[in-house]
Amino acid sequence: MALVLNEEQQMLKESAQGFLSEHAPVAELRAQRDAGSDTGYSSTLWGQMVNMGWAAILVPEEYGGLAFGHVGMAQIVEQSGRTLTASPLLSTAILGVTAINLAGSEDQKTELLGAIAGGELTIALAVDEKIHHDPMQTAMSGEATDDGYVLNGEKRFVVDGSTADKLIVATRTSGSLGDMKGISLFLVDRTAPGVNVQRTQMLDGRNAAIITFKDVEVTADALLGQQDRGFRALSATLDAGNAHLAAELLGIAQESFDRTLQYMKERKQFGALIGSFQALQHRTAHWWSEIEMCKSVVLKVLQSLDEGDVKSPAFVSIAKAKLCEVAELSTNEAIQLHGGIGMTDEYEIGFFIKRARPAQMLFGDYNYHANRFALISGY
Amino acid sequence: MSDLEVFRQETREWLEENCPPSMRSPVIAGEGACWGGRNWIFESEDQQLWMERMGAKGWTAPDWPTEYGGGGLVKAEHKVLKEEMGRIRARSPLDSFGIWMIGPALLKFGSEELKQQHLPPIIRGEIRWCQGYSEPNAGSDLAGLQSKAVDMGDHFIANGQKVWTSYGDKADWMFCLLRTDPEAKKQSGISLMLFDMETPGVTPKPIKLISGSSPFCETFLDDVRVEKDQVVGDVNQGWTIAKYLLTHEREMIGGMGLTGAGSKTLGKIAAQTIGTTDGRLNDLFMRTDVARWEIDAAAFALTVERVTDEAKAGQGIGATSAMLKYYGTELNKRRFETLLKIGGSDDLIWEGDVSNNGWTARTLLRTKGNSIEGGTSEVQLNIIAKNILGLG
Ligand SMILES: Cc1cc2nc3c(=O)[nH]c(=O)nc-3n(C[C@H](O)[C@H](O)[C@H](O)COP(=O)(O)OP(=O)(O)OC[C@H]3O[C@@H](n4cnc5c(N)ncnc54)[C@H](O)[C@@H]3O)c2cc1C
Ligand SMILES: Cc1cc2nc3c(=O)[nH]c(=O)nc-3n(C[C@H](O)[C@H](O)[C@H](O)COP(=O)(O)OP(=O)(O)OC[C@H]3O[C@@H](n4cnc5c(N)ncnc54)[C@H](O)[C@@H]3O)c2cc1C
Repeated sequence: MALVLNEEQQMLKESAQGFLSEHAPVAELRAQRDAGSDTGYSSTLWGQMVNMGWAAILVPEEYGGLAFGHVGMAQIVEQSGRTLTASPLLSTAILGVTAINLAGSEDQKTELLGAIAGGELTIALAVDEKIHHDPMQTAMSGEATDDGYVLNGEKRFVVDGSTADKLIVATRTSGSLGDMKGISLFLVDRTAPGVNVQRTQMLDGRNAAIITFKDVEVTADALLGQQDRGFRALSATLDAGNAHLAAELLGIAQESFDRTLQYMKERKQFGALIGSFQALQHRTAHWWSEIEMCKSVVLKVLQSLDEGDVKSPAFVSIAKAKLCEVAELSTNEAIQLHGGIGMTDEYEIGFFIKRARPAQMLFGDYNYHANRFALISGY
Repeated sequence: MSDLEVFRQETREWLEENCPPSMRSPVIAGEGACWGGRNWIFESEDQQLWMERMGAKGWTAPDWPTEYGGGGLVKAEHKVLKEEMGRIRARSPLDSFGIWMIGPALLKFGSEELKQQHLPPIIRGEIRWCQGYSEPNAGSDLAGLQSKAVDMGDHFIANGQKVWTSYGDKADWMFCLLRTDPEAKKQSGISLMLFDMETPGVTPKPIKLISGSSPFCETFLDDVRVEKDQVVGDVNQGWTIAKYLLTHEREMIGGMGLTGAGSKTLGKIAAQTIGTTDGRLNDLFMRTDVARWEIDAAAFALTVERVTDEAKAGQGIGATSAMLKYYGTELNKRRFETLLKIGGSDDLIWEGDVSNNGWTARTLLRTKGNSIEGGTSEVQLNIIAKNILGLG
């Protein structure tokens, strides 16, 4: 498939650009943060996004969705990286939809996917237990009982975990740490007895949570997919999540770049525009070249997911790793080339680094994905 | 079946019949490449057969018009041909400055007579070209060149010195930048001229490189006669054509960042040389270097693909050749630094079978020129900053 957007994808990109820059610019994020928002996002905005069909983009048509694919969805996500828009898009409409669609029973899909598409249900994915992402190390226990399961353990860095209606929880129902087999996914109500949610406000102004599960009883139909065989769906869900995080990081990198380039054409020192200094020109040209690389790996991984390419896990790790590297470069260069003003809270450029770092770390940073890519490649 | 599918089918069959088995392995760092020309000694019968068959079909220059012997393929067909050649790991039948550089310039700016005269022998691999641009005092600042051609009425007489002329001693013809108006401002008084290297007064002298080989020369021009009809475009208008040609050169050199279908990945080489435990390379720092390089190389290959596809779809910003040149050559240099580390002390052996006559070390040294030839990395960054980013 040609590495270009088709007409419909291009249109969606433009409409997302228009909508988000008008209704959810960086100033919105600041307002949320300063108001001490409980949710970390605006429910009104989420309602508008749902009305535009954005929650339904990855939902198959037979469950009331648009089936518009990852390339399409990522056009919105990339723009939301430029505007730093906080919303449940990632946790609900990407991770939630992907996991339920891959692992869910017919009943679960009918009930839950429709509700997500209609904006009546939000989801959070609870995977990590330690401070570094490693899903195979899932330890939280899921013990079978006569009429269901009992869950015990702790999850952290659960994005939107303090607001979502339902949690998708990865647990170990058999096997030992490091095994792929023996991991099962459960759907648990956030407010179920025994679930204790501790909200953690992150440096990007958004919410995550540390969630403890103490003797949480769930019925057998809370199981998402087959017992002990949840890793495949989990891994594919994380792949989708990482592909979209890469798209968001691309938006962050590009916006940091564009704003800095503009600043270099306005700021004068030594009687000249700072953009006329060759030391800065070369850094900026290198930076731009790196972003060009990023555009290609992001589009490729999204297309590979839409095509169901067997090589997509490799493309996921290439894209996430590359975007972690370049988002770091971008947000650092942005501050440096702005000089003192880049350090101030008043100026918006500093918001980009604060969203980039959590997005980089979520579901594996550069090192995690370079390692995964090497393993996939046989070394 | 769509037309394109039919084309793919036919191409596959034709290649199956016509590509000799020994030509179905990648050319690595130039070894086994075919350059053609009057003086070329074919490495094997297969090499000659492959060049001649592809040349006769016009597929040494797949997208050039058929009226000059080219393949006449549209972009989509060209892509299919590349894919089908990649599928059987067929190597390039002909490497040629004619195809990469002067040919595209002639197609765009040359007179009908010049096209008729020069394009067919380029396509068939009969005439090999060299590039006479750089001079001792005109490198990055190419427009500062001083070699000149004086109008003698029915011909020009050229005098001066060129340097870093790649394969100047092996080539049959030169495309050469010469100052034709010493009064005009730097860029305005330059012409692009063509002459046979056997013309009296043309003297190429090989220069030995740090790699030990002598792929380039200094070329002295003493009262060299250049015919009037061998000026490409108009007299004194050579600079525009020279720059156009440079964009083609950059794309070609930048392509060195591509490992090429069928050649072994760094990861595989490292795994074979160093060994693995539980699927991980035994040297974990090396493993990080290799993974970093492979990720960047994948990103670069996808970028070459994307800008090509964008150009085809009429999207994108164009002017990406400076970026591809910069990124691709820096990547290729890193590739050989990593290869040398993998190869260890045996790869430091300059001669003998152990190191295949110092192949890795010599190639590593040669790659240092990638970020100099065709415009240095710094010059590419200047071009990006000024032409694409608008930084003055
Ligand atoms: C945390 C902090 C504490 C500070 N404390 C003090 C303090 O106590 N007292 C005080 O007086 N000041 C203080 N400063 C100000 C500091 O000295 C200036 O921020 C600094 O000198 C840079 O100036 P600028 O911010 O105007 O950036 P600019 O000069 O506008 O620079 C912007 C960018 O252009 C680059 N640039 C500028 N000129 C050139 C050139 N010729 N060639 C190449 N690149 C160039 C810079 O490196 C930078 O990347 C502080 C700054 C910070 C961030
Ligand atoms: C392997 C090889 C093959 C070649 N083949 C050919 C050939 O076939 N025909 C031909 O005509 N030429 C050929 N060249 C020459 C090549 O084009 C020149 O070497 C190149 O343009 C650089 O010029 P220079 O060597 O004079 O270096 P200089 O221009 O003197 O550059 C020296 C250093 O200064 C830097 N520099 C110069 N100007 C600037 C600036 N404005 N801003 C920042 N940095 C700057 C350069 O980047 C470089 O690092 C070849 C060179 C090599 C290495």
